[in-house]
Amino acid sequence: MSAISLAGTAGTAERAQPRRARWYRQPALLAGAVLLAIILFMVIGAPLVTSYNPDTQNLNATLQGISGQHWLGTDQEGRDTFTRLLYGGRTDLQIAFLAVLFPFVLGTILGSLAGYFGGWVDIIIMRLVDIVVAFPFFVLIIALVFVLGPGPRSIYIAITLVGWVSYARIIRGEILVAKRQEYVLAAQSGGLSNLRIMARHLLPNVITQAIIYAMSDIVQDILAIVTLSYLGLGIQPPTPDWGTMISDGQNFLTTHWQLTTIPGIAVIITGLALSLIGDGLADLLRPGQS
Amino acid sequence: MSERGVPGQAMLEVDDLRVQIATRRGIVRAVDGVSLEVEAGEAVGLVGESGSGKSMTLRAILGVLPPEATITSGRVVLDGADLVELPRAQLNKIRGPKIAMIFQEPMSALNPVMRVGPQIAEGPQVHLGMNRARAAERAVELMRRVGIPDPERRFRSYPHEFSGGMRQRVMIAIALSCDPELILCDEPTTALDVTIQDQILRLLARLCRESNTSLVFVTHDLPVVAQVCRQLAVMYAGQIVERGTVQDVLTRPCHPYTLGLVRSAPDVDHVRASLVPIPGAPPSLVHPPAGCRFHPRCKFAEEDCTVTDPRLRMIDAHRSTACLHFERCLDELRTEGADR
Repeated sequence: MSAISLAGTAGTAERAQPRRARWYRQPALLAGAVLLAIILFMVIGAPLVTSYNPDTQNLNATLQGISGQHWLGTDQEGRDTFTRLLYGGRTDLQIAFLAVLFPFVLGTILGSLAGYFGGWVDIIIMRLVDIVVAFPFFVLIIALVFVLGPGPRSIYIAITLVGWVSYARIIRGEILVAKRQEYVLAAQSGGLSNLRIMARHLLPNVITQAIIYAMSDIVQDILAIVTLSYLGLGIQPPTPDWGTMISDGQNFLTTHWQLTTIPGIAVIITGLALSLIGDGLADLLRPGQS
Repeated sequence: MSERGVPGQAMLEVDDLRVQIATRRGIVRAVDGVSLEVEAGEAVGLVGESGSGKSMTLRAILGVLPPEATITSGRVVLDGADLVELPRAQLNKIRGPKIAMIFQEPMSALNPVMRVGPQIAEGPQVHLGMNRARAAERAVELMRRVGIPDPERRFRSYPHEFSGGMRQRVMIAIALSCDPELILCDEPTTALDVTIQDQILRLLARLCRESNTSLVFVTHDLPVVAQVCRQLAVMYAGQIVERGTVQDVLTRPCHPYTLGLVRSAPDVDHVRASLVPIPGAPPSLVHPPAGCRFHPRCKFAEEDCTVTDPRLRMIDAHRSTACLHFERCLDELRTEGADR
């Protein structure tokens, strides 16, 4: 009798335990994470993977094919393509990860203000959003960088000015719903300031959606950076970068296809890894999903 | 600790409070001229049907109305300051350390992504100038006081790891955290089952007695009021229709609406053959009926009830009613008593 009741209690206790979300059960997340880990390892540990310098020219060995010495051949200035691919990834990923942060922060702050206070604050911020959204993403980015001049600083500014609107929209929508919840009312009746309620009570409840979006936004940012460099508006030579590699290799497309194709494939694989992580995170963090 | 007002003297005075809500169908006069005094250390019950304006009254007192609702007139005086006129920064110094509120749904009134302990500790940190460690200590002590077992460990739990009753204890701990003079309770036990309800009520009543805290207790549950409160105000359609001590009002109702409430409440001690519901439905507050708002549902209604807007008036030292013909309720009770 006592054994039965004991077993019963043990069962309930087990069920009452908070269910830890099992990230490793998400195939998309797992695949994306493994892929990204490999990419990051190769890119960050580039000096360990290759012995060449990405900028050293060797005019005696230009435009070589795939060989044991140069795994992906060399370009028109005799630089090792594989090495440039790794160091280029360093540049592009670094800029992309930073570039996603600024619009995330700006959009989250403005979106919270609009959603929480409503009224004229909301009207002003959301009209600004409408203006930015009216332009196609790439057109606006290219125009802004063109005005600001090439280089990473311009890329950060342009992506921030254009990218914040999506975060502002997401966060505003979430806050509009969340601020009606009783815990916000309880916080207000506890005499907490608006700033504190927003930062400590509302944002932690709504930030998940913005984080999920940020994952897919990085992909877009990488594409933007590569596109800008391809157009000669982004990273300036001799700094290695996938966009510049694609555009430089174009002249030799019929004879040395790998110069253009390989960096393109690198962009696709990186984008795939980040997309998979974004999808996996969305499934994992979406409430009510086990 | 701040000095507590002299017993017998009003510490909160609500004077002719009016709240309007703009809706698609028109302007709803949700609270229409409510006056209420709460003495230091006293528990006042506010009962009425759903939609009678009880909760809106509480939220208006605290200044946490939904955006579409506005206070159109009236005063809420606490310690000489009119809370209606006070700017928000000033109001925030009163909400928490002077007035606190306990909500109906312990499920949704706690922040789901914040650990319970820091939620209790937040008030003392903000209002009493405690550092994080001191406030955490106070939170653990409060959790012990409201009867949460193993408070040191539970401090780090999330709200979803608590049962409904335990969550309501957490709410009470939050309300008590800054040692307020007045706690407003918005149906704090409605969402709980009956045994837990009883525990929570006893706890609340005991804690308030110990610290001489006043209570305004909103509910639609008459036995609950009888258990916690000494004073009672009955609300109907945004107005207070009867006031008095709980005993008095529940045994000798002087308003037909109160009489109806008492008769429609199930009573375990005297099982009645049938509950007598109040006929009809509460009136629309967009276009309330002329005269007494209860007259369309009232069996004692006379010609004058349809035209005269009755005021709450004193009928003896501790009793007031808004009914023009309150004697009829007493007559009916007397004849009933004779029949029994």
